[in-house]
Amino acid sequence: MLKVLDTSHSTGPQETFVLNLGPQHPATHGVLRVKLTMDGEFITNAEIVCGYIHREHEKMGENRKWDQFLPNTSRIDYLSAMMYTHAYVAVVEKAAGIQVPRRAEYVRVLTSEMNRITSHLLWWGAFLIDLGGLTPMLYAFDDREMVLDLLEALTGARLTFCYYRFGGLCDDVTDDFLTGTRKFVKHFRPRLKIFRRLVTDNIIVRKRLEDLGHVPAEMCRKYGATGPMIRGAGVAYDVRRAEPYSVYPELEFDIPTQPAGDNMARYLVRMAEMEQSLRIIEQTLDKMPDGPFMAKVPRILRPPAGDYVFAVESARGRFEVRVVSSGKEIPHRVRLRSPCFCNLSVFEEACRGMLLADALALMGSIDLVIPDIDR
Amino acid sequence: MIIPEPFRLLTSLLAVAGFIGANAAYLVWVERKAAAWFQRRAGPTEVGWGGLLQPLADAIKLMSKQIIVPPGTDRLLFCLAPVLIMVPAAMCFAVLPFSAALVPRDINVSLLMVFAFGSLNVIAVMLAGWSSRNKYAIISAARVVSQNVAYEIPMLLVVITVLMVSRTMNLTEIVAKQAGGFWHWNVFNLAANPLMPVTFVIFFICMLAETNRAPFDMAEAESELVAGVFTEYAGMGFGVFFMAEYANIVAGCAMATILFLGGWHSPIGLWPGVWWFLLKMYFLIFTVIWVRWTFPRTQFYGLLNLSWKILIPLSLFTLVLTSGLLKIFGR
Amino acid sequence: MKAPFNEVISGFVSLLTGMGITLGQLFRPIVTVQYPHQTLTMPKRFRGHILLKKEPTTGKSTCVACDLCVKACPSDCILVEGEKKPGEKRKSVTLFELDYTKCSLCGACVEVCPVDALEYSRAYNLASTSKQEYKVMDLVKRLEDSKHP
Ligand code: SF4
Ligand code: SF4
Repeated sequence: MLKVLDTSHSTGPQETFVLNLGPQHPATHGVLRVKLTMDGEFITNAEIVCGYIHREHEKMGENRKWDQFLPNTSRIDYLSAMMYTHAYVAVVEKAAGIQVPRRAEYVRVLTSEMNRITSHLLWWGAFLIDLGGLTPMLYAFDDREMVLDLLEALTGARLTFCYYRFGGLCDDVTDDFLTGTRKFVKHFRPRLKIFRRLVTDNIIVRKRLEDLGHVPAEMCRKYGATGPMIRGAGVAYDVRRAEPYSVYPELEFDIPTQPAGDNMARYLVRMAEMEQSLRIIEQTLDKMPDGPFMAKVPRILRPPAGDYVFAVESARGRFEVRVVSSGKEIPHRVRLRSPCFCNLSVFEEACRGMLLADALALMGSIDLVIPDIDR
Repeated sequence: MIIPEPFRLLTSLLAVAGFIGANAAYLVWVERKAAAWFQRRAGPTEVGWGGLLQPLADAIKLMSKQIIVPPGTDRLLFCLAPVLIMVPAAMCFAVLPFSAALVPRDINVSLLMVFAFGSLNVIAVMLAGWSSRNKYAIISAARVVSQNVAYEIPMLLVVITVLMVSRTMNLTEIVAKQAGGFWHWNVFNLAANPLMPVTFVIFFICMLAETNRAPFDMAEAESELVAGVFTEYAGMGFGVFFMAEYANIVAGCAMATILFLGGWHSPIGLWPGVWWFLLKMYFLIFTVIWVRWTFPRTQFYGLLNLSWKILIPLSLFTLVLTSGLLKIFGR
Repeated sequence: MKAPFNEVISGFVSLLTGMGITLGQLFRPIVTVQYPHQTLTMPKRFRGHILLKKEPTTGKSTCVACDLCVKACPSDCILVEGEKKPGEKRKSVTLFELDYTKCSLCGACVEVCPVDALEYSRAYNLASTSKQEYKVMDLVKRLEDSKHP
């Protein structure tokens, strides 16, 4: 059976039509629009039209004080709010030369990894919905709610946590949170097994994912696709190891990779990442040092002039913040390099010649967060 | 007791219409509740006790909505399609034997008639998709046509197997031949064909595909094609498609019960009657719902592969096997 | 020749496993909250919109109208006015308006306040038919109206 149409040498003029996917289409998970040129059900060309919810976060960063940008950081990729805040606080700490207490670093890693799990769970459920299976979403949300409840009790919010501050955290972790997290880890491992039996092993899912939606490492490099995209293409690139930050060097975890580069590879990478996150969480819980959770930070921050960059591994890939300080109360420039934008740009090339349904599976496997694309 | 013919006609008409209406309405409720429980939610709870009046509220809502016929559509076909899908589904019920005595119309080619009408609904779906003048609807319609054609074949091959075993086209007689304990049911009739359970599974899968149910719901495919052929339908136009879907499921499950599960016969030989028929039928319907809320949708070509590469060879094989066995051992 | 058969069989088994799992879940209790009938209590640290704290002894706010929260707020949604009443050492607040439509619930104002005069509300299911109600939330008035200490 023909799975991919060879569009390179067509004979004569083809009868094609344009299919407007979005901005309000159930598969685009938000206001993203893709103009597809279709030959029957095969896609011959795709053109991504984004910017529907562009909010100019970067400009916002440039007209407010350093700490006033903090709430924005959890609204760019609202699913990896912790990691994004981490990148921003870390770059400002780097600029201002603030030493973060170890306890705070441990808590940051702990909460970031919990955030990664919630993000992957949401992706998992939404991806299955793209494939037409509605029930796994609810199972994923069942577990996701547990993490969110823990994080809510800790930070006061369920999505836009805004928990980190320059030099530490806004409040210390509670014992309830730590025991609750331990309980969650115990609860979640068997759940992952259920997920595997319900979905990963399922023949329909395997048929829909395996050997489809190839994004080889070469293509990832070309477009700068990172995170599970490039790890699913067999490259063990993870910012947590490539440019170690925070206390990740002290923790043991593997970088899951899959060589195939297809939808299934990205799927498996994310599923394995959840297990690795559990490992990290366990280690941070065991090693959690006592001490202050906040460093001494001047009330009014004026980082010395300079150009600073800091990258973290968000749930979707490399998120990088670059700030330029001119020694004032307000940053001169804030630049955000968001993983989704680069990951999405792969789509145009990768989906060429695919069937519509498979292309939507590919889009789901990229794990898009539209506000992160548009910033 | 002899009931005068016009009266009998009227009562069976009303009874069939009522049965379809009640089933379509309450299967929506059952589906929503079951889906909720599979997903550990509560489902409809607000309208009436346990949400029991929800179908009524839905019906009122759908009926009070304006029926929008988008400009540029083929108006006649667009309005005809919902009717065309409902009628054949309802026609099937005219010959279904609910129990030995409870048959609206006992004709001797009822099997043929059910499948003849059953294969009509694809035309309605195609018309709906075509006349909507919507790209998503047309893609979906094209999918549905090739899907239904592909699944008609194994389904009929399987039915022929059953036909050879029971040697009659009369549904009442087909059931009558399966009397006495579940080991006499066609599904366990291993003497006629050791692969009978497999044929039943084939029939069930084809039935899912024919009624456009998940995991073969190419007609709707809500995450790919918005709402497939139903994209442009509003109000009761959509409502009729919705009802027809459930009517088709009921008809399909009833056929599976009649052909394979011994219709109104009791599995243990006690109290045969319409309740056994309903019990088996609703169990199958529950399974249909269960399947929908467990699996993701298949790919379009995966579905054709399944039919042409697995189901058709397999059903052909069982057909040949059955005829061979019948020839050798005779009856 | 054997591989396709194995695939069909293992595939079928995987489908049955999946159905087994969902059936298992069918008999387990419901996990959702039936919202209007049941509501959740928010945790202690929940960040709702801000409120002026009530000083238990005086029943008034401790806010000294220093404007620090106004300056800290990234969304520019606080308006504070105060006056020095005769016989008092510090200013006291006369007007505290929150534009909740712009508030990003970040907590900068709460953290910056030198006299700890602000707290978060635990209300999470606010609704109104008019935007005005959230455009201008008079927190001083709310404080006076509130019964509990
Ligand atoms: S919570 Fe943040 S946005 Fe809201 S009023 Fe306070 S400082 Fe302003
Ligand atoms: S609430 Fe606190 S920060 Fe704001 S004006 Fe009053 S005293 Fe100053």
